[in-house]
Amino acid sequence: MSSQTPTVASTESRHVGKEEILAARSVTMRFGGLVAVDNVDFTVHSGEIVGLIGPNGAGKTTFFNCLTGLYKPTSGEVRFSGQVLPPKPRSVVVAGMARTFQNIRLFPNMTALENVMVGRYCRTSAMALTSILRGPKYRREEEATRARAVELLDYVGMKGQGGHLARNLPYGDQRRLEIARALATDPKLLLLDEPTAGMNPQETRQAEELIFKIRDSGLAIVVIEHDMRFIFNLCDRVLCLVRGKTLIEGTAAEVQSDPRVIEAYIGSPDSDDEASGSDVATEGEAGNA
Amino acid sequence: MNVPTIVTPELQKRFHVPGRIAALAGGLLLAASAYLPWAYDGDALDNMAFLGGPSTLQFLGALLGLLLAVSAGMAWVEPWADRKGILPRLLMVSRRAGWTRGTKALGVGLLGFIAVVLIAIALELGGLVTIEYGGWVALAGALLGFVGSRLLTPGRAPSLEKVKTPAWLEIVSIAVLLLVALLLAAYALNQNDGGTFLSILAFIGALVAFILRVGAGGWLSAAGQRHRNVLVFSSFAVAFLFPFTQNGSDANMSIATQVLIFAATAVGLNIVVGLAGLLDLGYIAFLGAGAFTAATMSQSAFATIGWKPPFIVVMLIAGLVSATLGLIIGSPTLRVSGDYLAIVTLAFGEIFRISMSNLDGSDGPDLVHGSSGIPAIPNLNLFGFDFGKVHTVLGIPLGRFSNYFFLMLLIMALIVLVFTRLNHSRIGRGWVAIREDEKAAEAMGVNVFGLKLLAFAGGAFLAGLAGAVKAHVDQSVTPDQYIFLESAFLLAAVVLGGMGTVMGVLLGAALLKLVPEKLRFVNEYRMLIFGLLMVLMMRFRPEGMIPNQRRVLEFHSDDEELVEEIEEDLPYEFAEEH
Ligand SMILES: Nc1ncnc2c1ncn2[C@@H]1O[C@H](COP(=O)(O)OP(=O)(O)O)[C@@H](O)[C@H]1O
Ligand SMILES: [Mg+2]
Repeated sequence: MSSQTPTVASTESRHVGKEEILAARSVTMRFGGLVAVDNVDFTVHSGEIVGLIGPNGAGKTTFFNCLTGLYKPTSGEVRFSGQVLPPKPRSVVVAGMARTFQNIRLFPNMTALENVMVGRYCRTSAMALTSILRGPKYRREEEATRARAVELLDYVGMKGQGGHLARNLPYGDQRRLEIARALATDPKLLLLDEPTAGMNPQETRQAEELIFKIRDSGLAIVVIEHDMRFIFNLCDRVLCLVRGKTLIEGTAAEVQSDPRVIEAYIGSPDSDDEASGSDVATEGEAGNA
Repeated sequence: MNVPTIVTPELQKRFHVPGRIAALAGGLLLAASAYLPWAYDGDALDNMAFLGGPSTLQFLGALLGLLLAVSAGMAWVEPWADRKGILPRLLMVSRRAGWTRGTKALGVGLLGFIAVVLIAIALELGGLVTIEYGGWVALAGALLGFVGSRLLTPGRAPSLEKVKTPAWLEIVSIAVLLLVALLLAAYALNQNDGGTFLSILAFIGALVAFILRVGAGGWLSAAGQRHRNVLVFSSFAVAFLFPFTQNGSDANMSIATQVLIFAATAVGLNIVVGLAGLLDLGYIAFLGAGAFTAATMSQSAFATIGWKPPFIVVMLIAGLVSATLGLIIGSPTLRVSGDYLAIVTLAFGEIFRISMSNLDGSDGPDLVHGSSGIPAIPNLNLFGFDFGKVHTVLGIPLGRFSNYFFLMLLIMALIVLVFTRLNHSRIGRGWVAIREDEKAAEAMGVNVFGLKLLAFAGGAFLAGLAGAVKAHVDQSVTPDQYIFLESAFLLAAVVLGGMGTVMGVLLGAALLKLVPEKLRFVNEYRMLIFGLLMVLMMRFRPEGMIPNQRRVLEFHSDDEELVEEIEEDLPYEFAEEH
């Protein structure tokens, strides 16, 4: 794993394409009387990193689910590379959007390697008859799938761990494995839902390094995080949701200095300790910057 | 498994030496008792009334007794392993065996065997008084061995699979084992006496339990992994040889052919249930659809379709008809989860049977003559080979059922090939992912609906093929052959044998089909016995007799030790490098 230290400078020097890769227009998601996502507009350009913040229950995960087809938004539309996506998770992945889950959802009784190989499913084509006959084309594809999976495990820093069952991996590795599995689908846009939640400080640092590395490889990323230092270091832009509504959207610096953001975190009745904790850290960081 | 423990570890620590002596003595006593008469009359089992001449069953008992003595005594022999020479080197290997565990398993198995034999004698001759003193000596030996083995401390876990053995030895072992299995099966099948048959089953059970617990099972499965092709090839070779051991006896070959049809169908069902994780309670309907299709296109005077293509074509059509039915049932229902599918397939099985009964010319078109079905289906004639005739090969007559046996063996090979290749492929990975977490699989781009439909329709296709042959074996096809009970038995074979493995299902199918055929007693109470068996299995071994490793994990997710063990044993294809 590369050990480069991320800096704000490196973010600014990065080339960010003008092309709109993801465009969500007035997305709304209701659960009965609850409006979990309320009329949110959201754009991601190719190669861009966008942070999604907000107190717990703000609707961030729900918004992700709307983007990735797990939920069909009550109203609004999501375009990916200019196309309106059908609200089916599989079409979304095939189009080039992959995600991880806030509460890890690996395939626990499969090995790490197999988990990543499942990620290759939508980029491979062997069907029943091919798999039974096992011609050279099939063998080549299986070999390539395996090789790519090994390479991805290596990339996320899990070299040699491929034979372990996903359930037996340490927590930090499980999160990394989920990222490797998502990367295996060859996404253009990666959606990470709290990739460092529940990690110890050392695991958190490793995860951050990995995300910086993925950013540097040019993938567009949307990341939900509570660690503000991390968000403001990493992201080109930040969207802050509060109770399903967009509170503010802007560059990291703009959002960081907005008093309403701090107020949303501290003042929100349903924000928990962790959220306000990281918020205090943000204030410290802001003072230093 | 948490059976209440009467023999506590403290007790074992204190009494393990007397325990070992008892086990050894018990085994020897049993072996010696084989030379004494066990029964007053020669009519019981295989004539055990002689003094000095063991019958086959007594000989098998003696074999188990000796094995127990050797296994219990190994602990005293093992220190020799530190000396130089050939023998000590062999003993080094024995240090990797779990002799104590094997002794314990054999202690139970041996007691079971003797109990079965003695009860059978008593039942067949009328009362316990018909058991001769030799029988009581044998029981005493078995009891002594059992109690002694219980007192041993569990000892090390076997690691025989780590022993490096030359390839030829492994191949020879696989071949010999399969041949022994063939001979035992042939011998057991030739017994017309229920007690003898059951006793042999008990013997096989005890032996297998011992082999597994000693750790030879691990070594064998490792060897089988290394020589997969040899294993598969010799399994089929042995199955192919089976008719040659029957000397033209139609009775046994008829049973064997029915078992094979049942087993092939069960393996097909295992693709649906074991691999894709779909509960199908109406699978027999697909077998029926194949059978009816083949019957209506057969040369029977009662066949309703005038077109008579060659059987190969008929078989394909039968498979396609079944697969189409599968698609029709599957498309709307596979989108909903779990329980709904079970109910829909249950209903579908009944709808199929009732529909067939109504295709009789008065309630519907006269396609299959309603509940009387299509009788008088003539024997097949493939490429000039008449399945109805007796063919003599190497002086051994092979009758009608042998011919169909060979044909079914080919179809079985096809189904097993489809099963294993799909299991270890992109599609198999997709199925596992769906079983593990359907939502996550979908979110990772796995075509959940398509893969489920593939399993459902593919399984139906294979059942259709088997059904086409079944029509000719049975010579008539009627709707009441395809009742729900048959679906239930197929599912029982899969669940008892082991979801997701070929070997397990073959074993399950053979037991479920063979035992009632051979034991009238079991046949009368078969619902009761199988019900009980299912309950016991679900309680103690929900993953089945020969389970898929991943299924074991799914059923025992809280047993950390087991999980670690299985992770180490995962076959090479899951590892990163190979
Ligand atoms: N499937 C659902 N049904 C009903 N309410 C839901 C559902 N999913 C989320 N919610 C509600 O929507 C709100 C937003 O939740 P979520 O998106 O998980 O917040 P965040 O990820 O920002 O912490 C919460 O009040 C939550 O209870
Ligand atoms: Mg969330």
